[in-house]
Amino acid sequence: MTAETAVRRTGAAGTAEASPRPRGQGLPAAGFLTPFLLLYLLFILGPALYGLVMSFFDTSAVKSGLNGFAGLGNYAEALQSSDFWSSLWHTFWFTILTTPPLIVLALVFALLADRVRRGRWFFRLAFFVPYVLPSAVVALIWMWIYTPGLGLIEAALTKAGITAPNWLGDPGWAMPSLAITTLWWTLGFNFVLYLAGLQEIPRELYEASAMDGASPWQQIRSITIPMLGRTTTLVAVLQVIASLKVFDQMYIMTSGGPNYATRSILEYVYDSGFTNFRIGYASAVSMLFFVVVLAVSAIWFSLVRRGEKEL
Amino acid sequence: MALTRRALLGGTAAAAVLGPAGCSGLTPGRDPGGTLDYWNLFGGGDGLRMTQMLDGYRSAHPGIDLSAVTLAWGNPYYTKLSLATLGDKPPDVGIAHLTRAKTLISAGLLEELKPADLARHGLDASNFSERPWQAGLVDGKAYAIPLDTHPFVMFYNTDICAKAGLLDSSGALQPIDSPEKFTEAMRKAKAVTKAYGGVVAIDNDVASPWRIFQSFYAQLQGQVLADEGRSVVLDDDKATRVLAFLQGLTRQGLLPGSIDYQGAIAVFANGQSGFYFQGEWEISTFQTAKMPFSMTLFPDVFGGGQYAVQADSHTLVIPRQPDRDQAGLDRSLAFIRSMLDQSDIWAEGGHVPAWVPFRDSAGYKAMTPQSNYASAVEGAAYDPEGWYSGSGSNFEIVMSAAIGSVLANRSSPAAALASMRSNLTSLARTASPV
Repeated sequence: MTAETAVRRTGAAGTAEASPRPRGQGLPAAGFLTPFLLLYLLFILGPALYGLVMSFFDTSAVKSGLNGFAGLGNYAEALQSSDFWSSLWHTFWFTILTTPPLIVLALVFALLADRVRRGRWFFRLAFFVPYVLPSAVVALIWMWIYTPGLGLIEAALTKAGITAPNWLGDPGWAMPSLAITTLWWTLGFNFVLYLAGLQEIPRELYEASAMDGASPWQQIRSITIPMLGRTTTLVAVLQVIASLKVFDQMYIMTSGGPNYATRSILEYVYDSGFTNFRIGYASAVSMLFFVVVLAVSAIWFSLVRRGEKEL
Repeated sequence: MALTRRALLGGTAAAAVLGPAGCSGLTPGRDPGGTLDYWNLFGGGDGLRMTQMLDGYRSAHPGIDLSAVTLAWGNPYYTKLSLATLGDKPPDVGIAHLTRAKTLISAGLLEELKPADLARHGLDASNFSERPWQAGLVDGKAYAIPLDTHPFVMFYNTDICAKAGLLDSSGALQPIDSPEKFTEAMRKAKAVTKAYGGVVAIDNDVASPWRIFQSFYAQLQGQVLADEGRSVVLDDDKATRVLAFLQGLTRQGLLPGSIDYQGAIAVFANGQSGFYFQGEWEISTFQTAKMPFSMTLFPDVFGGGQYAVQADSHTLVIPRQPDRDQAGLDRSLAFIRSMLDQSDIWAEGGHVPAWVPFRDSAGYKAMTPQSNYASAVEGAAYDPEGWYSGSGSNFEIVMSAAIGSVLANRSSPAAALASMRSNLTSLARTASPV
């Protein structure tokens, strides 16, 4: 819920309605903020600036110093590299495959779980438990499920008379398979956010509408979904950002293969920087990706702000 | 539990035999204590044997606290080894493929092993097979001690081959020395198994397609890279010949066109194919499966006069030490010597030993089928040099992807060649970061 409040505040701060700042609290505020600011400088701003500098040099992991000045060379190389564009596309493709189902399914399951009278704790737990697992464990479970010939899904499909695809081995299927794994793994978080949102909706609205003869479906469409608007905004923003940052599943389950079909942009950065020692080039790719995420976030926030005004 | 105990007992026995000989080069009071960190990339049967050898070392050197770490092989391993060394936290001893050690050396990540230091532990050049020793030198200097050579080999099911009439009167495989004879052998084996003639891993495999291609291509004396990886010299005619031959095998259903590493093992182990092409390390898998099989040299099908087969060597290296001292160096070298002295255990896992005292012993010659293909060492075709090349590297990933798509019938040899060339050219054009 704190996160939701934060989103609401960000929305409000942009408009002229913000209340005047209370006076005389500058010093204590600075005192409270300093530890955070220091850490922020040390671990986020500093390295980011250093990364920006390195992106203009042929910095190598195995040579000391910045190495030769490359100017915009690294950026030009990235923009002309098919590997850069394909891994950027893989990241977007993964985001497209995961975001809508993670929002819709979380909502559907939350609605169902909310209607259960007894044992609601069980459903909450069942949906949330996978989210608690570390990525390596999730990867192992699903690699076993997907194993050709022996895997759980293949056995089930064969019984049903369907020929199973080579889940992680076929370049066309590998990304959807990773998306399914991610769905199972992370659905619980959005589910819990929606459950919390559902409990905020005043019960009287449902009672009043029931008196007026509204069917359950009409209640969901006209009360529940509009009242969950803010939660949906929050879930969508968090989900898009989380999906863009995908790395672990692919790194562990496919190492970006087959034939680089599932290499995300972050894995490309990792491969270029750490495996191939090309830190300068990897920094340039990170900067480009940073710009992309910034652009996506800016579009989101402008949409969100418009939505907030309408409410 | 039983396994651990057996490994421990075996290790103790080995140490009892080899211990005194193994440490003869050391000064008295040889265990001043201390710690030793060792990183390797061995899984499966190799992993079990390495554990046995480490236990052998532990019982011979009770004063030294040895901690061994096993990491996933290929790029992940080398990334971690490099970053740990750059961060001044390297292991004392590590494993590196010979083809990957070259890049680590030019990046300045490995300690040079001076002849005087090596001699103190009996690790002179004369004690190693010439080919892996020479292949590991950079500017005539040693940085990596070869433990073995691991060539691509041919496994065959003796029952199926007997039924298919492929064995001679003494029970050995009749020579397969032309593309026609190779295809014929696959066809005869297929007639017996009713499934496939042979099998090689294709899907999601970053190495096997390259290994089988390179074995044939090197027989035609084809080269892929030159000038330390800065230029691509793929020979279209030779590569097309090999690719078309390979595609013909899967197209005719003699080899499965879609199968991953584990699947290929299963097909051979279940008797659904008469032949299996892979590195010799899979020997343990089929011994465990208690099936009738043997191993031999990968066939010299294209016979360019000089036998050639894809191979690499595991080497023992000492990553650059931030605070190097003589005692630490000697501890590491003694550890390396101890591993070499246990070459008998290592050779059981299929690898051809590089340690001459064992390679030339009667014990190794009596070890079959392991010694059947020992001559592969002379024909070892190591990966071409380049900062992006070597076992499990970007080079192998790019090549395997293209070759795999030809084997799977997803692309023509010409399309695969074009894709190889464009990917390799972009790697070759990138200035070496080391």
